[in-house]
Amino acid sequence: MKPKILIAGALAMATALPALAAEGDPVYNYTLIEADIAEIDDETVGAFDAQGWVGGDYNRFWWKAEGEFADGDFEDAEVQALYSRYISKFWDAQIGVRYDLEPKGETYGVIGLQGLAPYFFEVDAAAFVSSSGDVSARFEATGELLFTQRLILEPGIALDFYAEDDPSRQIGSGLATAEYSAQLRYEFTREFAPYVELAYEEAYGDTADFQRLETGSADDTVFKVGLRTMF
Amino acid sequence: MRFKLAGLLIATSSLIAPAALADVYNLEIDQFERTVDGKTLTGVSINGTSPGPLLRLREGEDVTINVTNTLDVDTSLHWHGIILDAGMDGVPGISFDGIAPGETYTYNFTANQSGTYWYHGHSALQEQEGVFAPIIIEPAKPDPFEYDREHVIILADWLNDSPYKALANLKKRSNYYNYNRRTVFDLWRDWRNADRGEKTDVIQERLAWGRMRMDPTDIVDITGYSFLVNGETPEDNWSGLFEAGEKVRLRFINAAAMTYFDVKIPGLKMTVVQADGQNIEPVSVDEFPIAIAETFDVIVEPEAGQSYTIFAAAKDRSGYARGTLSETPGAEAAIPELGPRPELTMAAMGEGHASHGAMAESEAGGMDEMTMDMSGDAHRGHGEMLAMEHGPKVLSYDDLRALTPYTDRRAPDREVELRLTGNMERYFWSINDVKFGDAGPLEFNYGERVRITFKNETMMEHPMHLHGLWMDLVNGEGDMAPRKHTITIRPGETISADVTVDATGSWAFHCHILQHAATGMFRQVNVIGGVQ
Repeated sequence: MKPKILIAGALAMATALPALAAEGDPVYNYTLIEADIAEIDDETVGAFDAQGWVGGDYNRFWWKAEGEFADGDFEDAEVQALYSRYISKFWDAQIGVRYDLEPKGETYGVIGLQGLAPYFFEVDAAAFVSSSGDVSARFEATGELLFTQRLILEPGIALDFYAEDDPSRQIGSGLATAEYSAQLRYEFTREFAPYVELAYEEAYGDTADFQRLETGSADDTVFKVGLRTMF
Repeated sequence: MRFKLAGLLIATSSLIAPAALADVYNLEIDQFERTVDGKTLTGVSINGTSPGPLLRLREGEDVTINVTNTLDVDTSLHWHGIILDAGMDGVPGISFDGIAPGETYTYNFTANQSGTYWYHGHSALQEQEGVFAPIIIEPAKPDPFEYDREHVIILADWLNDSPYKALANLKKRSNYYNYNRRTVFDLWRDWRNADRGEKTDVIQERLAWGRMRMDPTDIVDITGYSFLVNGETPEDNWSGLFEAGEKVRLRFINAAAMTYFDVKIPGLKMTVVQADGQNIEPVSVDEFPIAIAETFDVIVEPEAGQSYTIFAAAKDRSGYARGTLSETPGAEAAIPELGPRPELTMAAMGEGHASHGAMAESEAGGMDEMTMDMSGDAHRGHGEMLAMEHGPKVLSYDDLRALTPYTDRRAPDREVELRLTGNMERYFWSINDVKFGDAGPLEFNYGERVRITFKNETMMEHPMHLHGLWMDLVNGEGDMAPRKHTITIRPGETISADVTVDATGSWAFHCHILQHAATGMFRQVNVIGGVQ
């Protein structure tokens, strides 16, 4: 039922767009998809991270989706449908809904800020409130370092915060997990860019304790091979 | 016929006595297939060609132009630089409703001026697809300079892709076309080359650009152009003939969508005699920059037995347009070096344009406080650097003096400040931070004299074109100030122009970089009062 509400909400936002797009603000669109695979504990794990928008310069329908699958099953999967509003030269404020399909169905309200910080850092910060009232937040930032016009190193950081402990999901309050990554991609074209990526993931606080109990370790280094495409 | 241009036009009544000074011209806007540098694209033509047919009018002529739209979308033609009734100006939504598919629209106006002008589409991105052509209006009294022969040189840029696709790409990623960004190796090179005491400046400069979220290599928005002279690529080598001892008048028109050119003819001095169709005090130059939509007429005196390359380097040095002046068709002359790609440099506030080295950033770090400069730039100058004795003489706006004073030299009644603004990250352009779609019209009162002050707060140069009204460039020449239909303003620069508001109705006023006009650097001007 909740996915239905989400889809209805997204559709409502999408159909409202022509009205939002003022005269002289024609509608364009953008899609960015990164998909990669990694070997983790002798298991092939696939992951994707995608987002895009449809709209004018000031008002956009912005969607985001990410997921991880192993052995043909999704272990994590979420989608977000957001209304994105230009608030200053480099920033959009976003509000909308997130739905987790895996590991368990859950709906969240989302409020966030996305844009370009000084020194050309792409930043995406969002706060989430689940249907049961749990509050969490996510901060992601990436930069760019050009070796050549096409060989580009993209360092990144992703932090997850939770307001309260949730033992059922093995989550402790505060900074729970962080991922520090370095993606090296080759942009044959803007649309077609294979990459390799090294990511170091570390859990903190009670989350780290939970993970140590479960797997004996609170950190992991992952090597990924993937493809980035935009259109 | 001495004036070679593909598809010369059809003056249906040209057999009638020319003394009538009234001709009818028929033009048709249609799609055409065009192969440039090996790639075939669908463009939009006038009478089957791009550039379209030359309109050769006479001062005082009552002109009737029937324009038939054979496209399946609306179209229009605008007569650039021609002073006429607002309803005949050809801007859909401002002057008229546009020309619907299958319709023929009749333009009527009297040519009350003379000189070199041009006409082009003003609907969607059709001008970028090929809808432009030259206009020559022969003066009622002979021009105050001599020449034996003339050629139109219409400069253009032809993209290897659809301009609509290019705009969509810029909206997705504004640096989509920039493959000249600075790399870590550039940083290493600059660091190594810097003197001991200046190494931190290299870092500081990188950080300053990063702090402002601006890119010094962002010189042009789109790359992938072929640069054309009269529709021909450098390989095609457009050929303009002369005979020994002749003075040749070259009528340069920059009809490019997105490209400024620096024009020179190695081995020849060029005497600039008209700017935007207006007589000026002759200036002898080695080179002149031509902004999009400007025209310059020059006189050259080629020597017998010589061939000369007409060389128009694109501002970003990604290529050049080229033709050859010679006594025999197909001759060639040496092609000059393009020179290095320019980069924007930061100059401290108030330090002016000449400073390339020192970099200082204000507390706020915003564009308002900065001036940008094109390093190695030969443009305009305010020009101490360029006026130096030994270098080549490059035309600057400071050199432009009207040949005879214009009638209205009143001091302006009021000043309107227009800040040229934009958002590179999102790829839209604006005036006073407001896009055309969100802005009301500017209102001028009939009979008043308005000073327009342009303040360019962006990193790009903008050629601002006012329809229907002349702009008297405020360049320190007082009563001899030249008048222009298009004025270019460099990054960080402030330029004023005084306008005698002597034409009623609604007029377009916009940046003539066509993707800038399309994304918001555009205004409607309503002239209140007066009669047509």
